[in-house]
Amino acid sequence: MDLLIQQVVNGFTLGSIYCLVALGLTLIYGIMEVPNFAHGHLYMVGGYVTFFMMTLYGINYWVSGLIAGIVLAVLGILLERIVFNPMRNSPSTNKFIAAVGAMMFIEAVARVLWGSDFRSIPAIYDNVVMIGGVRLTEQRLIIIAGAVILMVALYLFLKHTLIGSTIEAMAQNRDGASLVGIDVNRVAMLTFAVASLLASAAASLSGPIFLVYPSMGALIIMKVFVIIVIGGMGSIPGAVLGSFILGMTESLGATYISSNYKDVIAFAILVLILSIKPSGLFAKGGH
Amino acid sequence: MDLIKKMYKTKYIAYLAVFALAIAFPYISPNRYYLTVVTLGFIYAIAVYGLNLIVGYLGQLSLAQAGFFGLGAYTSGLLSLKLGLSFWLSLPIAAVATTTVALLVGLISFRTRGHYFVILTLCIGVIIHLVIEKWDSLTGGVRGLIGVPIPSSIGPIEFKSLESQYYLVLAFLILTIFVMSRIVSSLVGRTFKSIRNSEELAATLGINVMKSKLLAFGIAAFFTGIAGALFSSYIRFLGPEIAATHLTFEFLLFLLIGGQATIAGPLVGTLLASGITESLQFMQEYRMVVFGALLIVIVKFFPGGLVGATKSLKAKLEKRVNQRKKSGTNLPSKGESHAAKNRGFN
Amino acid sequence: MLLKTEALTKNFGGLTALNKVNFEIEEGEIVAIIGPNGAGKSTFFNLISGFYPSCSGRISFMGKDMTGTPTHEFACSGIGRTFQTTNLFTDSTVLDNLIIGYRSKTKMGMLDAIFNTKRARRDEGASREKAGEILEFIGLTEVKNQPVGNISQEAAKRLAIGLALVTEPRLLLLDEPAAGINHGETSELVKLIEKIQHSGITVCLIEHKMQMVMNLAHRIMVLNYGTKIAEGTPREINKNDRVIEAYLGGTKHA
Ligand SMILES: Nc1ncnc2c1ncn2[C@@H]1O[C@H](COP(=O)(O)OP(=O)(O)OP(=O)(O)O)[C@@H](O)[C@H]1O
Ligand SMILES: [Mg+2]
Repeated sequence: MDLLIQQVVNGFTLGSIYCLVALGLTLIYGIMEVPNFAHGHLYMVGGYVTFFMMTLYGINYWVSGLIAGIVLAVLGILLERIVFNPMRNSPSTNKFIAAVGAMMFIEAVARVLWGSDFRSIPAIYDNVVMIGGVRLTEQRLIIIAGAVILMVALYLFLKHTLIGSTIEAMAQNRDGASLVGIDVNRVAMLTFAVASLLASAAASLSGPIFLVYPSMGALIIMKVFVIIVIGGMGSIPGAVLGSFILGMTESLGATYISSNYKDVIAFAILVLILSIKPSGLFAKGGH
Repeated sequence: MDLIKKMYKTKYIAYLAVFALAIAFPYISPNRYYLTVVTLGFIYAIAVYGLNLIVGYLGQLSLAQAGFFGLGAYTSGLLSLKLGLSFWLSLPIAAVATTTVALLVGLISFRTRGHYFVILTLCIGVIIHLVIEKWDSLTGGVRGLIGVPIPSSIGPIEFKSLESQYYLVLAFLILTIFVMSRIVSSLVGRTFKSIRNSEELAATLGINVMKSKLLAFGIAAFFTGIAGALFSSYIRFLGPEIAATHLTFEFLLFLLIGGQATIAGPLVGTLLASGITESLQFMQEYRMVVFGALLIVIVKFFPGGLVGATKSLKAKLEKRVNQRKKSGTNLPSKGESHAAKNRGFN
Repeated sequence: MLLKTEALTKNFGGLTALNKVNFEIEEGEIVAIIGPNGAGKSTFFNLISGFYPSCSGRISFMGKDMTGTPTHEFACSGIGRTFQTTNLFTDSTVLDNLIIGYRSKTKMGMLDAIFNTKRARRDEGASREKAGEILEFIGLTEVKNQPVGNISQEAAKRLAIGLALVTEPRLLLLDEPAAGINHGETSELVKLIEKIQHSGITVCLIEHKMQMVMNLAHRIMVLNYGTKIAEGTPREINKNDRVIEAYLGGTKHA
């Protein structure tokens, strides 16, 4: 029983991290209609920046995370300007390929600069707390709380600021027929900035537990794709729901089915879903 | 017109020269290292021809190709290692097995469109990779398998030397190029290209789009499986990384450098890129930095790759020559229509 | 009877684009479908050409039930169509478009291609021959080697008709063939449509140019808000009160 609760909490932790990355990806998809393969790699860079801020300059964990977020926001904007904006009118296959190129590039740069070793963001909150008979490290609670706070912040931003509601409107309604007079460039850049910031935050939060290494982006990006396919591409509530479903499935699956094949679970779910519903789980349209 | 005849003649001579060069290569290669590099390049090129059929001609970005390559390599390698099957049996079995799996994959994934297709095939590629990596008892897991036997000799022909293996791979490459060029220049190939251009219109004209897509996918997987089998008997070592998605991305890069939807593109791109890779071996890490950036530049500015760029340059020149002639002698221009043909279904 | 629809219905989300339409087309006639913008005319075509699956109702063609069959089967059974926005293979030449159009009538497969068999060569020849015939018929032989991007809009419209014809249809569906072309060209088009009918193909067209419809059509169906509001000869339709009301009260005048 304790084991089960333990795994549920772990599932929540995992889901929280997926969620922060997935929200950004789904927003970008909504605005640009391109699956940004490089998004997981922004998450990876966020982890590294946090790590180096703390270890090289001895900066406080929270401030490091904040700096990483800002650096990544800038990086996200650069990515939009250099790669995606010029490809706006290209055939979609070419956009996909450009995104793949960006992904290869970022990972390679990370390897050149930082090597292929696994690093761990120094854990400062590794005390164990007991809640209802379950042993938890503080960091797990911080991850869940951090993710919730950021989600609420994102929600407020999207609902209660003008630019935020523009982003949301554009993400939900891709025809944009009703959105005349919007500075598309500004919206696109801002979306990339917000999305990258969220990814960076996910890495800062998870770094003390899940380690930081160059190929961490490649694995998470595919899981997050699974999530937004489950949740419906471009849908924000779908991304949140999908993240926790996947986090929970993986956590419980690893314990009760097979820890060896736990990474396969996510992809198997996706194949299953798309075999049954080729247009995604929550596809709109009335055919 | 003379000019065009001359151009065709030049083309013919060029083909012969390339062929002669390929035959003579083991004797003129300055060292044996180049020979191994080129042989490996040929093996990859066979797989890239498969990718070309799907991405270039059919217009579907499948990212499961390395998975199929790994499947072919492991099927053939395991059959000869564990069951002692001869290469000449394990290769066709690997090709057929890969095709069968690909057809099943295609049946699922071609019901999806656009980005769903890309993501789905990517995930299927990852599943194949992960299964190979985790199925320790069969595949040796991350440690891999060593000692895949070389192809057994047929009569007096042995495949012990590097040269003989080079010629073996070359033979398969020529077969691949022959089959591919026959297919893409036929009505079957035109059907693929029409689907790339507009699936809806093709279906409205009575073309069974699903069947055509499966056909292209199957042919591609067949050759990818052959490439995998050749790889396993040439390298003689199998590791799960040969099924990893980054190999798919490299195949994609080779294809784009050479030129998608062209017959020469996959070979040109693969040899060039893997040649550069080998000569940049000492800076293995930087290579992907360059390649990643290159991929973006190519897809933005030269979506037709090297071969495509050469073709359009040629068409431009032809047009200019013709215009000059026209203004001089007032002859009706045929070069115009030739150029149009080049731009069309090519 | 060539084509018959029974209570054919299509919903897009909450919108009923086509509502229980019963309609019949007889062999050999020219019928027209008219109605205000958004009335569901193109949707009707999309359903009877198998381009969209219907939500309910039945479609039968030459006595065969076609409901729920895939798009390409409709073309293979003999329904050819054009689209409201001209739809061609933009990356190829006029001739190549028609050659592909004939593909469903040829039988060669992968092995024929690889071994360049007799059947492959015969099919290739037949495609070129058929394409040549159609080029002649629609009067585009002159530009056959041009990429479709280089030909005029009016030529592109004729090519789209040719592309439907090359599939050897029994029933040809034309969606606003005269939209965007001038007066002289329209009368050329009328001649072409009559020529098509004389060659034994039944024609069904959607058109906003009333004069053209009145001249050409033997029978007219009028749609409004997805519902069939009238059907009859041009003279009957001209006098029909519901039609007049629909047009005057409708969103846009035709
Ligand atoms: N694919 C689609 N998805 C959602 N709604 C659609 C779709 N196609 C058509 N509609 C809607 O169905 C209704 C009927 O459209 P349709 O194109 O059939 O009209 P039409 O009679 O051809 O009009 P027009 O004369 O302007 O061509 C319209 O309100 C249109 O917006
Ligand atoms: Mg219409």
